[in-house]
Amino acid sequence: MTDSQVSAAATAGAAQPWGYSGSYFDDPPGGRSGMMSWLLTTDHKRIGLMYLAALGTFFIVGMLLGLLIRLELMQPGEQFINARTYNSVFTLHGVIMIFLFIVPGIPAVLGNFVLPLQLGADDVAFPKLNLASWYVYMVGAVMALVSLFTGGGTPDTGWTFYAPYSVNTGSNVTLAVLAAFVLGFSSILTGMNFITTIHRLRAKGMGFFRMPLFCWGLYATSWIQVIATPVVGITLVLLAMERAVGIGFFDPARGGDPILYQHLFWIYSHPVVYVMILPAMGIVSEILPAFARRTIFGYKAIAMSSMAIAIVGYLVWGHHMFTVGMSDTARWVFSLLTFLVAIPTGIKIFNWVATLYKGSIEVGVPLLYAVGFIFLFSIGGLTGLVNGALSTDIHVHDTAFIVGHFHYTMFGGAGIGLFAGMHFWFPKIFGRMYNEKRARTAWGLIMIGFNTLYFPMLVLGIMGMPRRYHDYLPQFQVPHFISTVGSWILVGGILLMIYNLWRGARSGSPAPANPWGASTLEWQASSPPPQFNFAKPPVVTHGPYEFEEILKSAPTATPEAAS
Amino acid sequence: MDNASLAGAEHAATTEHHPVPDGTFILVWVGLLVLTAITVAASVWFPGRVGIGVAMVVTPIKAAMILLWFMHLKYERPVFKIMFLVAVAILAIVMGLTFFDYLYR
Amino acid sequence: MSSMNATTAAPAHHHADPVGAKTGMWLFLFTELLLFGGLFIVYAVYRQRFGHEFGLAAQELNVTMGVTNTIVLLTSSLTMVLSVGALQRGRIGRSLAALVATLGLAGVFLVIKYFEWSAKHSHGIFPGAEHLHAMPHGEGLFFNLYFMMTGLHGIHVVIGMIVMLVVLVKIRNGSVNAANQGVLEYTGLYWHLVDLIWIFLLPLFYLTN
Repeated sequence: MTDSQVSAAATAGAAQPWGYSGSYFDDPPGGRSGMMSWLLTTDHKRIGLMYLAALGTFFIVGMLLGLLIRLELMQPGEQFINARTYNSVFTLHGVIMIFLFIVPGIPAVLGNFVLPLQLGADDVAFPKLNLASWYVYMVGAVMALVSLFTGGGTPDTGWTFYAPYSVNTGSNVTLAVLAAFVLGFSSILTGMNFITTIHRLRAKGMGFFRMPLFCWGLYATSWIQVIATPVVGITLVLLAMERAVGIGFFDPARGGDPILYQHLFWIYSHPVVYVMILPAMGIVSEILPAFARRTIFGYKAIAMSSMAIAIVGYLVWGHHMFTVGMSDTARWVFSLLTFLVAIPTGIKIFNWVATLYKGSIEVGVPLLYAVGFIFLFSIGGLTGLVNGALSTDIHVHDTAFIVGHFHYTMFGGAGIGLFAGMHFWFPKIFGRMYNEKRARTAWGLIMIGFNTLYFPMLVLGIMGMPRRYHDYLPQFQVPHFISTVGSWILVGGILLMIYNLWRGARSGSPAPANPWGASTLEWQASSPPPQFNFAKPPVVTHGPYEFEEILKSAPTATPEAAS
Repeated sequence: MDNASLAGAEHAATTEHHPVPDGTFILVWVGLLVLTAITVAASVWFPGRVGIGVAMVVTPIKAAMILLWFMHLKYERPVFKIMFLVAVAILAIVMGLTFFDYLYR
Repeated sequence: MSSMNATTAAPAHHHADPVGAKTGMWLFLFTELLLFGGLFIVYAVYRQRFGHEFGLAAQELNVTMGVTNTIVLLTSSLTMVLSVGALQRGRIGRSLAALVATLGLAGVFLVIKYFEWSAKHSHGIFPGAEHLHAMPHGEGLFFNLYFMMTGLHGIHVVIGMIVMLVVLVKIRNGSVNAANQGVLEYTGLYWHLVDLIWIFLLPLFYLTN
């Protein structure tokens, strides 16, 4: 039997709660034991799990804050939060969700776990730096936490920290932005690691164009992390200096320009949305071939479109600033460039649909999430066109429409993409399966709840409801109410999903190495993998989604359907 | 062999095995000093447009000299050169796009 | 079956990958480029707005000190690259001497900077000073930018010196040597970037008139 035939049938060893003996869950022989062996690990799989624990915790906190916002907005008038507190609540919601959850997001959790496996490598290029990136993240997270309770309290500026308010407000902006600076460093370290890993540690025979598309997504993402993050780093430092000594770069009284802050801020913060979405798109590109049981349509186009999105993503940041006072020239230039970025995105969507066409489709849970992604992200993208067109943006900027748009793209895109990836690689990570039925129920609740929560925001925005307002006129009440109910359904679905995954990880039924019958290298390692991933380094002789090739070489290995 | 040592074996094909002679570096250093002198002289003797113009031309040349010789980029494999150019290009483009705002206000 | 894939798999084999390490180092340098790049954007914007005042304010800066520091840093780049070359050829003594020279020149740079800054300080010119606030906008911005950019640069000089000291110790105890010279080489790359940034700061601040 070949290595892959063996591992296709094998699981790692004896079952125990949380993983299997003989896998990376075991303390490495001759090393430390227990907690210390995790806290000082350099194993990318363990680091991925450590990120999962941290991100999961912060996601729940951010989610509770979101619930709080929706509770306050359920009816006009003040329910139980005053205006000043409300400002802090949505600021915190944004800071946590963006800097602590969605930006590290897929790369930190699934990228860390899956990338080396997909490349056929033992680990990333700089394993110690990988551990360092987790600690830097934790330091940034603690700093952000401390900023809530010290200085003037939780920042109330919005997660964007716009000058001049962020310079003048008494809330603890300085510590919060320095926390963001530290978190940016973690992001940079991950990006550096992944670029080097992809360049240097691909298996023998795996040229760039035989690499799985998730890796392409991570590659493009990592370049953005490396190049764009330092710009916001210096910007936030300048903001802190402005607060500390008054250097005047963003202060009109000293000849400065507040809009310059916005330029510098969005030069990073626009590309960072592509950091959020490109890995998620990579995950969809992995799930569709596996569940349509055919090769991806247009591999090269999808790979190149990731790079194109990353590059064009640097050119469009001004579309966040159409109403603040930029020159007319800047406005139409940025609007034109913004429309360009829809092209590579569209290429992906058409190719995904073409992949499903005439495929032998198995509607497994990962596919449900992948299709959910395509649906939700498309809505987000289409609303993006409304925002990108100057004439319509005048009406919707700073309204609930924008809030709906970015939740459809960030949450419906990157967030659902993360859920999809968790359900897809779950058996690989934990060596167990989650309950299929519960997973489908959770998915249904999430899809219904999501649209009930966010679609009304699109309506509200067109009607004229401003964002970041804690009170509103009575004519906005009905959509607000519906939206709040949607938040309960969505949260219910998410909690069910988390519960299901938690139970599955603890005590789910054993999963074989390749429960989905997928074609990429990580499925050749056992579920869960041993510490060093592969018994022998794999040698690659064909592209990542060529099912005919795989069936030819392992005719006796039958993929096991999820139970 | 694992991927890293396979990659390591390629290391033999890199530049460390033909070291650049010290004399070359000293020549580059002299060139840098000369160019610095030119820039300073231009700004002192021809202040204004000419001085600035000279600085804007000469400074990138000095930068290129440091990159190519001191930082060894001249002898590195193409991937390093491409990566560097991409990073610089993005910075330049971003700066340029910002000026679509400031030049036309 | 399962034991074939379990902990009997080959032990940690992280063979050195110098090209990989160098890739990582260059990527880090790109982050530094973009970090300073943000400040260069701020400079460019305000230079475009306040060209005249920038020229006026620049006259307050000491060109001699700026040019001397440029020569100092350029020379330190030379000594650094000579140190790397010497180590690669196994000439440990020469490598150490050149590295010490680099450190010394870096120290000279900081000393000159200190004199520059304290002179400014005695004239009431320091970040956020009231004197700056009272100046015409462009001049105040010029000086604040001067402090931010040369300050960030100075921090990088200090970090560079600390790293060089650590490498110095490692060369002396043999852990960095001809066969394992990456750490010195990458320190050199970092140092050259520090020099490179100064190359641009010189005309932007000292030679602007």
